[in-house]
Amino acid sequence: MTPLQICLLVSALLFAIGFAGAVTRRHAILALVGIELMLNAANLNFIAFWRYGAHPEALTGVMFVIFSIAIAAAEAAVGLALVIAIYRHYKTSNLDEVKDLKG
Amino acid sequence: MSLPFLIIAFVTLFAAAAAMSLRNLVHCSLAFVVAFAGLAALYLNLGAQFVGFAQILVYVGAIAILIVFAILLTRSGDTPNEAVLAPGWFYGIAVSAVVFTLLGWAVLNSSALPKEVSAAPQTTVKNIGEALMNKYVLPLEIIGLLLTAAMIGAVIIALKEPSQTDHSGRKT
Repeated sequence: MTPLQICLLVSALLFAIGFAGAVTRRHAILALVGIELMLNAANLNFIAFWRYGAHPEALTGVMFVIFSIAIAAAEAAVGLALVIAIYRHYKTSNLDEVKDLKG
Repeated sequence: MSLPFLIIAFVTLFAAAAAMSLRNLVHCSLAFVVAFAGLAALYLNLGAQFVGFAQILVYVGAIAILIVFAILLTRSGDTPNEAVLAPGWFYGIAVSAVVFTLLGWAVLNSSALPKEVSAAPQTTVKNIGEALMNKYVLPLEIIGLLLTAAMIGAVIIALKEPSQTDHSGRKT
């Protein structure tokens, strides 16, 4: 295995862990954390391709990760504010009990 | 592949799995901090110093604090007695195992990945700053606008609701 493949496997495993957590945990905060883990797995892919791919001097991967980190920060702030608002309204942060729109 | 990379990767994955599987949310957030510090170490190991330090500042510094505050404000710091997994958890884990298998198969059998290892790129913060100020200046401005909008939006969403009846008819 080349170093690039090891990096990609690590990030694939990180993505799978984040996905499993986001889908299976009942608490809203942990679903958000799982989404953050998936975002970071994608970031690790960008850095790995920047390091081992062609034309690293173009800095494309690094730039993408910097912007992606900024967007992840905005997403976490809004997401946690939503969790707090949901807790105020429903008095629970369990995702299974927030089902007013369930058909 | 160097031994430090493998050790850091193992610690990161272990902490990520712990963050997703522990019962107490405070322990989860601590494991989350370890996972993101490990990811920053992986970035440093791959030669992306600026990204590594940005990761520490944003994730370990800001998002971890936000998560701890959210745990505090939703009063979920105690270990729950009921089940922490959703009813269909088995399908979720099966789907994520399938996703990992497919991704791993694609990575190991792809012919598009470069075979030879290129030399480590010589990137300084000066290069990144010049790129941000010249080629990527418009995305940078848009990110600034987005962060401002997200900050104002988060404050407005988390504001106290005016007194009204909630969904179950009680006065809040």
